[in-house]
Amino acid sequence: MRFFLEVLISGLLSGVMYSLVALGFVLIYKASGVFNFAQGAMVYLAALAVVGCMEKGAPLWLAVLLAFGIMTLFGIATEKFVLRKLVNQPPIALFMATIGLAFFIEGLAPMVFGSDPRALDIGIVDEPIEAILNGWGMVISKFDLAAAAIAAVLVTTLALFFQYTRIGRALRAVADDHQAALSIGIPLQHIWAIVWGVAGFVALVAGMLWGARNGVQFALTFTALKALPVLIIGGFTSVPGAIVGGLIIGASEKLAEIYLPALMQSAFGGNFGGIEGWFPYVLALGFLLVRPEGLFGEKHIDRV
Amino acid sequence: MLYREAGQFKSSYAADQQLFPIRQDRIGIILLLAVAFLVIPLVAGEYWFSAILIPFLIFALAALGLNILTGYAGQLSLGSAAFMAVGAYAAYNFQLRVEGIPILFSFIGAGLTAAGVGILFGLPSLWIKGFYLAVATLAAQFFIVWCLTKFPWFSNHSSSGVISAQKVVILGHVFASPREKYLLVLSIVAVLALAAKNMARSSTGRAWMAVRDMDVAAEVIGIRLLPTKLLAFAVSSFYCGVAGALYAFCYLGSVEPDGFSLDMSFRILFMIIIGGMGSILGSFLGAAFILLLPIFLDIALPWLAGLFGLPFSNATVSHIQILVFGALIMFFLIVEPHGLARLWQIGKEKLRLWPFPH
Repeated sequence: MRFFLEVLISGLLSGVMYSLVALGFVLIYKASGVFNFAQGAMVYLAALAVVGCMEKGAPLWLAVLLAFGIMTLFGIATEKFVLRKLVNQPPIALFMATIGLAFFIEGLAPMVFGSDPRALDIGIVDEPIEAILNGWGMVISKFDLAAAAIAAVLVTTLALFFQYTRIGRALRAVADDHQAALSIGIPLQHIWAIVWGVAGFVALVAGMLWGARNGVQFALTFTALKALPVLIIGGFTSVPGAIVGGLIIGASEKLAEIYLPALMQSAFGGNFGGIEGWFPYVLALGFLLVRPEGLFGEKHIDRV
Repeated sequence: MLYREAGQFKSSYAADQQLFPIRQDRIGIILLLAVAFLVIPLVAGEYWFSAILIPFLIFALAALGLNILTGYAGQLSLGSAAFMAVGAYAAYNFQLRVEGIPILFSFIGAGLTAAGVGILFGLPSLWIKGFYLAVATLAAQFFIVWCLTKFPWFSNHSSSGVISAQKVVILGHVFASPREKYLLVLSIVAVLALAAKNMARSSTGRAWMAVRDMDVAAEVIGIRLLPTKLLAFAVSSFYCGVAGALYAFCYLGSVEPDGFSLDMSFRILFMIIIGGMGSILGSFLGAAFILLLPIFLDIALPWLAGLFGLPFSNATVSHIQILVFGALIMFFLIVEPHGLARLWQIGKEKLRLWPFPH
């Protein structure tokens, strides 16, 4: 039981990281209806930018600031040069354009900042919390806990930003209805630029946490792909959905990785590790059959 | 002057409905096939067959498969490489486990197996569409590759799932040299491409396009969505499966599941975006483009770097390759969403008026 709890908690905490990536997807999808496949690549770019600036001798805070600047510029450029040209195209074309964008970033980022895997030190150590280890005999990483706290702060800030600021209200209006927002004088293009900036910021936070945990390397983009099943489970348009979805995916994939291989081994023989690689996707697939709009998503109604 | 249909009267329904209604097109396609079947085997060298022509034809077939699903039926798939893997492993197992089965039957069996798997993963397409479906096909991509690696039965208990394709023997003749393999691949691809062209203009193809353009409206005019979409998945996976079998048997010889990666799926998707979605010709153009671009960059980039005296490494080449792929995808989607095939069509329109444009 204790082992089960330990796996569950570490799964939940790593799920927080998925949530962070998923959050970036949700922000852009809500505001512009674009499903941004490049969010994973943006996480990679952000982490690389931080590491790259630190290698050049910048202290952490400066590197983070610079990386934030890069992400914002990048978001604005994307909006201006790619998405604005694709207005009125079917969503699937936009989606494919963001796949192209993802490749573009994956080629550009390592060329500018170097491609070898590097460690990123943000001052939080990845070691078990001693009080819990001694008292309960469970290994809970300090780092994971700190990441969860950062995620909580981030989500709260975003929620407050959306709820109470002028820009936040405009963002919600745009998310609700593009045309209505335009007609009452909300500058759509500015709003989109801001959203891409915010998504870049979320990518930066996710990238630093992921990078500090697993090292800054190309595999980051694959891990970020797991944000897709998170979105399916949580719903594409819901910030709480991204959080809950992330927790579900994180916990279930860890549990599956620990318990399923043994079961399958006794049934078929052989070695069945690596279930983590596909489990979230199949779970999401199953979820789609039952509840296609996700846990918190809006129900989609088609009109002819 | 040369390319126009003036004076070509269609006096029967069959003549109006034929695959290539314009005489110049018919002559063109016959010439093309003649060159491919007769001239190229005489002039091309070993390197050309095994490094360029065979992979080009195989990837064109896979792209054709994806084009049927994405370009015609409008269902985005990110798992085409996985269906190729199913085809490769199915063909291997048919050869291994069915005594004396002719290789062509194995290939057909490979296609049918892939079609079955495709239907299975296509089932959710009734409930979901667009990028939701993309995630479903991502599940297929990761799950299938994992299955092929972990269940030793599929690869006959070889280590890490590597299979070595058996010899290709048809009617007692062993297809061993690249030239013979090229001819075999070319025949299969030509037949399947013409079949696809035929299918695209039939009621099936029109139903797919109706579903692509607006599925609710298609349903209203009496197209049953589930069978139509599932048929698209089945046919598409069949093509990918045959392409996978050819990939293993006529191109690489030995393959492993991890070779059919997500990256390969993306590459096939890029082929149809650049080549042209909803176009048979586009699949071929796109496959040629995507295969030749890295070769071109490999040659051009060091030369350019040398010209400007810049430091240069192989890693940079691969980064630039990825970057150029990404940039091209965005460029084509923005500037010419119908791809190279559309450019070809515009060229033909111009040719029709030449030399007296009005």
